[in-house]
Amino acid sequence: MGISKKARKYTDKHEWISVENGIGTVGISNFAQEALGDVVYCSLPEVGTKLNKQDEFGALESVKAASELYSPLTGEVTEINIALADNPGLVNKSCYNDGWLIKMTVDSPSELDELMNEDAYEKYIKSIED
Amino acid sequence: MPVQRCWRRQLAGVGLKQTPLHDFHQQHGGKMVPFAGWSMPVQYTYSHLESHMHTRQHCSLFDVSHMLQTKVFGRDRVKFMESLVVGDIAELKPDQGTLSLFTNEKGGIIDDLIVTSTSEQHLYVVSNAGCSDKDLALMQTRAQELRAAGSDVHLEVWENALLALQGPSAVRVLQAGVSDDLAKLPFMSSAVMDVFGVPGCRVTRCGYTGEDGVEISVPAGRVVELAERLLDDPDVWLAGLAARDSLRLEAGLCLYGNDIDETATPVEASLVWTLGKRRRAAMDFPGAAIIVPQIKEKPKRKRVGLMSTGPPIRQHTRILDLEGRTVGTVTSGCPSPCLQKNIAMGYIKSEHSKVDTVLTVEVRKKNYSALVSKMPFVPTRYYTIK
Repeated sequence: MGISKKARKYTDKHEWISVENGIGTVGISNFAQEALGDVVYCSLPEVGTKLNKQDEFGALESVKAASELYSPLTGEVTEINIALADNPGLVNKSCYNDGWLIKMTVDSPSELDELMNEDAYEKYIKSIED
Repeated sequence: MPVQRCWRRQLAGVGLKQTPLHDFHQQHGGKMVPFAGWSMPVQYTYSHLESHMHTRQHCSLFDVSHMLQTKVFGRDRVKFMESLVVGDIAELKPDQGTLSLFTNEKGGIIDDLIVTSTSEQHLYVVSNAGCSDKDLALMQTRAQELRAAGSDVHLEVWENALLALQGPSAVRVLQAGVSDDLAKLPFMSSAVMDVFGVPGCRVTRCGYTGEDGVEISVPAGRVVELAERLLDDPDVWLAGLAARDSLRLEAGLCLYGNDIDETATPVEASLVWTLGKRRRAAMDFPGAAIIVPQIKEKPKRKRVGLMSTGPPIRQHTRILDLEGRTVGTVTSGCPSPCLQKNIAMGYIKSEHSKVDTVLTVEVRKKNYSALVSKMPFVPTRYYTIK
């Protein structure tokens, strides 16, 4: 079962987060995975890493370049997607489901209000494409 | 994560030059980006990986018209060329070419280039787009100096388009459109021929991928027609700058500006083979007094290949010895699509430059193991006649 569209909030750097029972699942948007190209390696943080909102927490590597990842919220990393070690292409194939990157605690739920919902993010993508 | 502005909408911008294939690229789904002052396709509708692997398994067509093509005429054209480059140009057979280097008085590399001694009373020179202004100024100034001293030499910038067709099926594809027997055109040789009905094309058996293939200098007005004709063969895919870079890195070929520049001598750059035998003895090329002694005395640093697993190692990555001391820097790197490992080139202190030396690279503040490796990383398949 996938993560419902309604539940996702987006950053202006194209990460998404979806919170359930106090744990946020983080990934990158379809717009981002398309622009990045084939992901060949994922650099992810260790479980237990404490992140502030907008902290750099890792990177996704394509053949051509690396793209840094920035934390959407303040919290602690509780899980990383180990499937990406052998199958980094999941980020491209299933960026909202099997290609999730990390799970984290949500220390300041009010930070969620600062992120974009689905409609706002769609508008945002259109504005930067022009 | 930061995302580059959508390529499809990116304007070429004021002042970017366009090759005669610019519209053709866009019609074929090319994503245009600025490169060395030109608007060039970085990739088309296939992914970078697909394009790279297709080149190794079939063949790809690249627009390389941004490179500078120059013809050198005159009785003293070889003397002129030898006054600027490190190679034995006089010894080239008719229609034979060689990779050579423009060097400066400090022994640094001004550019790398291919010089072909044609059987049509001129030298044919292909050099990098990013160095075209300085290369042209260098050649024009020297030609003027020599003429003032009574020599017979003059230059002509050759405003042709340039295509590269590279891969194991490239020559089969081309053979269908030429009457010359391409089996008689070995690596680094050149000939003028009609190609699919386009007369006067210079075909040189060379390239920048490590595969068998050719570069075809085509009159600008007919290059779209020729490109479309080559694409008629389903084995041929268009490829752009992204695949061009990962292919050349697997082949161990330098990128000027990254792996070689004016601060590197040919010896430091592990390009000693470009120094002509006669030229070394005569010490009669720019910077010879610095370069030639380095062959025996060994330079302080050397360009080497590196391989690793873990995160890809890219330009400016620090290289450390096992005690944690900085011993070098990466100048180019990418994940190798063929090898499924990371490959890179960099300069390291000579004492650590032996193949199989174990070193450390620092990526995002973490250390990973790297191994000094032979190049090419992927075996090359140049066509030689035994």
